[in-house]
Amino acid sequence: MTAPTGAAISIAGCGKTYPDGTRALSPVDLEVKAGETLVLLGPSGCGKTTLLRLIAGLETPDVGGRIAFDGADVTALPIEKRNVGMVFQSYALFPNMSVIDNVAYGLRVRGVATDARRAQAASVLAMMRIEALAERRIDQLSGGQRQRVALARALAVRPRVLLLDEPLTALDAALREHLRSEIDALLRRLAITAVYVTHDQAEALALGDRIVVMKNGAIAQVGTPREVYFQPADDYVAGFVGITNRLEGIVRNGRFETAAGILRVAAPDRAKARLLFRPEAVRLVSPADATLVFQVTQVEFQGPRQRVTLNAGDGTRIIAEAPADLPLSAGTAIGLVLDANRYILA
Amino acid sequence: MHSADRLARLFLLPLFLFVAAFFLLPMVRLIGVAGSGPNGMAEYVAILTNPRYVATLVATLLLSAAVTAATLAIGTVVALFLARNRFWGRPLLVSCLTLPLAFPGVVVGFMVILLAGRQGLLASLSMGLGMGRWVFAYSMAGLFAGYVYFSLPRVLVTLMAAVEKLDPALEEAARSLGAGRFEVLRDVTLPGIAPALMASGAIAFATAMGAFGTAFTLATRIDVLAMTIYTEFTLNANFATAAALSIALGLITWAVLALSRNLAGSGVAAAG
Amino acid sequence: MKTHRLTFAFQLFVTLLAAAFLMVPAGASILAGFTANYFRGVSSGLTLDWVKQVLALYSDTIWLSIGIALGTLAATLVLAVPAAWALVRRPSRLARIVEEVVTLPVAVPGLALALALILAYGAIREFRMSPAFILTGHVLYTLPFMLRSVMAVLAAVDIRSLEEGAASLGASPLQRFFHVVLPNAKGGILAGALMVVTLSIGEFNLTWMLHTPLTKTLPVGLADSYASMRLEIASAYTLVFFVMIVPLLLALQLFGRTTGSAR
Repeated sequence: MTAPTGAAISIAGCGKTYPDGTRALSPVDLEVKAGETLVLLGPSGCGKTTLLRLIAGLETPDVGGRIAFDGADVTALPIEKRNVGMVFQSYALFPNMSVIDNVAYGLRVRGVATDARRAQAASVLAMMRIEALAERRIDQLSGGQRQRVALARALAVRPRVLLLDEPLTALDAALREHLRSEIDALLRRLAITAVYVTHDQAEALALGDRIVVMKNGAIAQVGTPREVYFQPADDYVAGFVGITNRLEGIVRNGRFETAAGILRVAAPDRAKARLLFRPEAVRLVSPADATLVFQVTQVEFQGPRQRVTLNAGDGTRIIAEAPADLPLSAGTAIGLVLDANRYILA
Repeated sequence: MHSADRLARLFLLPLFLFVAAFFLLPMVRLIGVAGSGPNGMAEYVAILTNPRYVATLVATLLLSAAVTAATLAIGTVVALFLARNRFWGRPLLVSCLTLPLAFPGVVVGFMVILLAGRQGLLASLSMGLGMGRWVFAYSMAGLFAGYVYFSLPRVLVTLMAAVEKLDPALEEAARSLGAGRFEVLRDVTLPGIAPALMASGAIAFATAMGAFGTAFTLATRIDVLAMTIYTEFTLNANFATAAALSIALGLITWAVLALSRNLAGSGVAAAG
Repeated sequence: MKTHRLTFAFQLFVTLLAAAFLMVPAGASILAGFTANYFRGVSSGLTLDWVKQVLALYSDTIWLSIGIALGTLAATLVLAVPAAWALVRRPSRLARIVEEVVTLPVAVPGLALALALILAYGAIREFRMSPAFILTGHVLYTLPFMLRSVMAVLAAVDIRSLEEGAASLGASPLQRFFHVVLPNAKGGILAGALMVVTLSIGEFNLTWMLHTPLTKTLPVGLADSYASMRLEIASAYTLVFFVMIVPLLLALQLFGRTTGSAR
């Protein structure tokens, strides 16, 4: 399992329209490299799960769509013939089987003898460090344990492609972060091709070699986590990767003019422009030292930092983060400094 | 004592008194009467050694087992079909299949007469096809048809609910691991609805064991337990035997229901 | 998903066959009730005579059945609804036992139940001869359905927290029962009531043993007519029964679908 075992996936013109006429996915083209971890990111209903189910073979694409693994057309193959591993949001562990029987099930339907498949399943459990759970019943497992068993079951058949459908969503925050780094390490070690569906941008940024941001059944942007984070293709992607502040204004003579003041920018004149930036991208200073000045409306102390709500004067609200020791109080004016590489002018 | 607890006890009292007076006490009386005949308590042994009663008991058990198996088989196929497919007319079909849910046994018996009696639909159909006159309403086969008619709607309601509650991801997971259609059915779907199969099967079995109305309508000559009890009690005034047979019948049905509830886990034994 | 064509066809066939098995005899019965001579077929003409004859012959059984059903409903409401609350609010061994014992009459065949009632109380002539005897049997048989239906709803809405909330606002136990428990149990009570009335109107196993010539219910009359009347009268009588019970069954179906908790 050390050499890259994953298959490259090629998706061409794959859309999905349901019999009732709902279009879940407009035709998309996408290449997944062998051994790569590709994250499909977007809100619910954006088509990411539909795309995953098309790759899995749980849905067939509309006429004209084509899916190939390592160049071989698998469009007509049902999931049971595709040799994929899949981890479901609900885990879908079989309650009528013990942990080890769940993990060995894929080998059982492949006709592997009892002893051999149990030994193989046990080694996967050991790799996931849950060998102690082998004989447990599913309803005796915690959420995190179930998650590991589901992953072990999907990996036991040595799939060419691993598909994960919101595998961490059902867990609490602390466990989610822990398992996220575990999955990350595992995917890198196995060099398996993985497609990972999530609505959580932190998960996407941490796990993905590349991220596909989806919107309304179409692809909004494909890029590395850094590309998506620092150069979002549009407003929507920007919002989805955490750029929550926007100021409306105009660009004139190299200056962005807005209700809160002005900012020097290197951009041609524009009658309508938007300045997008993250809460953590700003520095709050004395009003005298800044060209953008806001009214502080609310200060929330969060321990390591403060979260400050600011008003631009025309009612626009923005959120800024400030060091914990900066003296701030509601009702006072505050200056805001934005460095050139920390905002987007759209 | 807490005042709410006092109120709760007050609320339980009428129920308790009613059940004690009209269920527990008569049951004790029934047991007593069974032992008051010429044979005394040996009446219980007598019914187990009398070849006629034993034959009746065996016939009733076999009939009930056959009804249960047939109902579950049909019910599983139909429930899987209706739960997995959406098509025009489906709600109507579901209504048709579950509407006879509370048709009493007598009416079900009449349905069987209309289907397979002397003037029944099958009789005219088979005559029309020149295959002789099919009449089986007044036999074990008629009783079998009647009990399937009686139990099918209940079994369907339970099984359909169970199939719909089954996480579709379970079957998808099995397929992702390479399982074919038959393997998914055997390893995931059927085990998934096993509690419902167990519960509704037990109810079908218990109903078939004790049902009286259908047999009464179809003929008094079919030797099933309920008819024998009725004949002993009303025609032969053989109270002790009737009581002993009733208790035997009650024990069997109760045991089957209790067993299925234990096997299937609590919460699914929705008696109907 | 793609379902295998053959599997689909087979399943569809079985489903349609099952539906026909259940519906065709019922349809035949309805038709026969309106047909002048069923043996000769519909060509003999349609008529309402049979229905009129049935109403003339058996109207007392219809009224008695309605009366007993309503009486059974009243009794189960009084006996089971408060008790359901008492059993849900504090699950204990005693509560388990009470629930088990109350549920037993469903497991015991109606015939045995009726026999036991006759042996215990048959000697009390006034009771034995009155409709109250049948009523007692029906209450015994339908109690578990009301009890379970109400208990299921109360458990689903987590009535204990609601009650603790009301108690924290100063409501007395009795006020809590009327202001919080009853309104929240409404769905279960309604489903249970439909079930009780439906079962009572159709009950035969117990009633056949418990009835007297002067206390004949509709199903008892039906059995009479099946044995001794011509097919058209039996069918017309069955038709009258359908008219009474089918709306109840439809309501039960509809209700079960909307609440999802009824069964």
